[in-house]
Amino acid sequence: MAQATAFYLTGLIMNASRFSGLLLVAPAVLFIAGLFVYPLSYSFIDAFTVAGDDAGTRFSLANFVLAFELYGDDIVFTVLIVSLSAVLIASGAILIGGYITLGTNRFLVNAVRILYRWPLFIPFIVAAQCMRTFLAKNGLMNGVLVEMGMLTPLETTGFLDWRGIVITFVWKQLPFVALLVTGSMASLDRAGIEAARDLGAGRLRILWQIVVPQVMPTLIVALVLSIVTMMSVLSVPVMISGHSPTMMTVQMAFRVNAYHDYGTANALGVISYLITGLVAWIYLRRGVAGKGGEK
Amino acid sequence: MTQASFWQNQAQAPKQTLAARIGDLAGGGVMGALAVGFCILLLAIAIFGPLTNLLLWTVAEQWYFPHTFPARYGFDFWARVFHPDGNAFVSLRYSLVIAVLTVIFCLSLAIPAGYALARLALPARALILLVFLVPQAFPNIPVHINIARVFYQLDLHGTVGAVVLVHTLHGMVYAVWIATAAFGAVDKTLEEAARDIGAGPIRTFFTITLPSAMPGIIASAIFVFLESLDEFTGTYFVGAPEITTLPMLMFRAGMEGNYQVASITALVLLVPSVLFMIVVERFLRADVLAAVGR
Repeated sequence: MAQATAFYLTGLIMNASRFSGLLLVAPAVLFIAGLFVYPLSYSFIDAFTVAGDDAGTRFSLANFVLAFELYGDDIVFTVLIVSLSAVLIASGAILIGGYITLGTNRFLVNAVRILYRWPLFIPFIVAAQCMRTFLAKNGLMNGVLVEMGMLTPLETTGFLDWRGIVITFVWKQLPFVALLVTGSMASLDRAGIEAARDLGAGRLRILWQIVVPQVMPTLIVALVLSIVTMMSVLSVPVMISGHSPTMMTVQMAFRVNAYHDYGTANALGVISYLITGLVAWIYLRRGVAGKGGEK
Repeated sequence: MTQASFWQNQAQAPKQTLAARIGDLAGGGVMGALAVGFCILLLAIAIFGPLTNLLLWTVAEQWYFPHTFPARYGFDFWARVFHPDGNAFVSLRYSLVIAVLTVIFCLSLAIPAGYALARLALPARALILLVFLVPQAFPNIPVHINIARVFYQLDLHGTVGAVVLVHTLHGMVYAVWIATAAFGAVDKTLEEAARDIGAGPIRTFFTITLPSAMPGIIASAIFVFLESLDEFTGTYFVGAPEITTLPMLMFRAGMEGNYQVASITALVLLVPSVLFMIVVERFLRADVLAAVGR
């Protein structure tokens, strides 16, 4: 009897060791399922249904019609702001990474290396508070420009509109993208760069024709992550410029807080998934067309 | 350089493009260094201007138009914010309790998962790693809205537990990916040696594997802690108005136009972030960093 029990237990342990990997991963995966997949499914269901006649719900596109009618401008505004920010972030990251990789003056290269990453871990909400007072019509930036004689008090304008949102996004996200791009540039094979230099290529040309194409996969991954982040931030648009037109995030929160209207809020949510999905799809196509990219 | 002599130089060196010439100008020589130095100065002003502005607001007792700088400096607002009965202590306690609970909960899920992903044979391992990244790939406001609704139904809304759950969701990808990389970087021969001299798998894990992976685990704990400390959107949807963490306090003060209180709170949030930026490379060794996501 004891022997049989021991045999049974051994079998159980053997079996468990085969599945122990899955058992160890299961809690974490279940957590994601419960706290992400389940709420996410709600957002699709709510977006595509409206209350039916007999206390049930039925499929409808009414939420999307309302979302486009009321917030069409905000959707366009969001796309423009995020696109402009992404272009500026990409250019800045290439310039910073390129200078750190190709620069010859060690003192200046180190200065850039130490400088650029300061906003990296600064929370968005703190960045928004900084910019809110810095960029205002009577804020520190205009004040200093007036003191220096570069502006007269009558010429000052506040930047607390779409420009403020773009400036804050670039200020906050540029270090993240530049960090990844610089890391990727540092791991490039120097031989190609040296060969081009020996042939007399200038540094901007080396950057554009040799370095940038090779770090493209990293740059695009970093930009996709950045774009998703910009589409998710509520504090920056609310604090910098909450009046219409504003970003979709603000309107989603407004729809829920003011009207308990989950249908329209979730329709806007699904539209924002589609926008980021489109960006990710472009990335994946590139990845398949090229040689798969990094990560 | 006049226009004519510029084109003459171009003619002598026909291989170089204009872009290449500008590039070389900016790199070589005193003028180039000065030009780059000027650009770097502009970068420094762009980065530190807004931060200086925040620091000025924390010590500005009076600052109004047309004064470029504060009219009167002082620490009156500090005394008000850090008054024992003030909001800041309540918020600080909420923030710290939530961040510590988030780290404990997140790591208790991520350490077993990271170990299994790094060491054990798993079907669809790459897919499982990807699962943890997916929440970062969706704009998260609609997800937060629906989490809040589920929490309302479960009567969890506005509790510390609700906020900890949402913060854990955000921290999970860092925790799991860094833990996987950290366990992956542990020398296998050490574990085998321990098993050879008779240590069981559990003893080996706690005496060899876990201590070796500790720097990476600590790094992921710091990531999760900071992520929780700074998190605003999730707390706003599932915690407000009951749970007033520091970002919530800052947001409310800022929206009410109380810039001094908002700036002081922002500074409290800023310090750990900047410290971490400075020390991050010490905790995350290059080999662990390179293995993240693999």
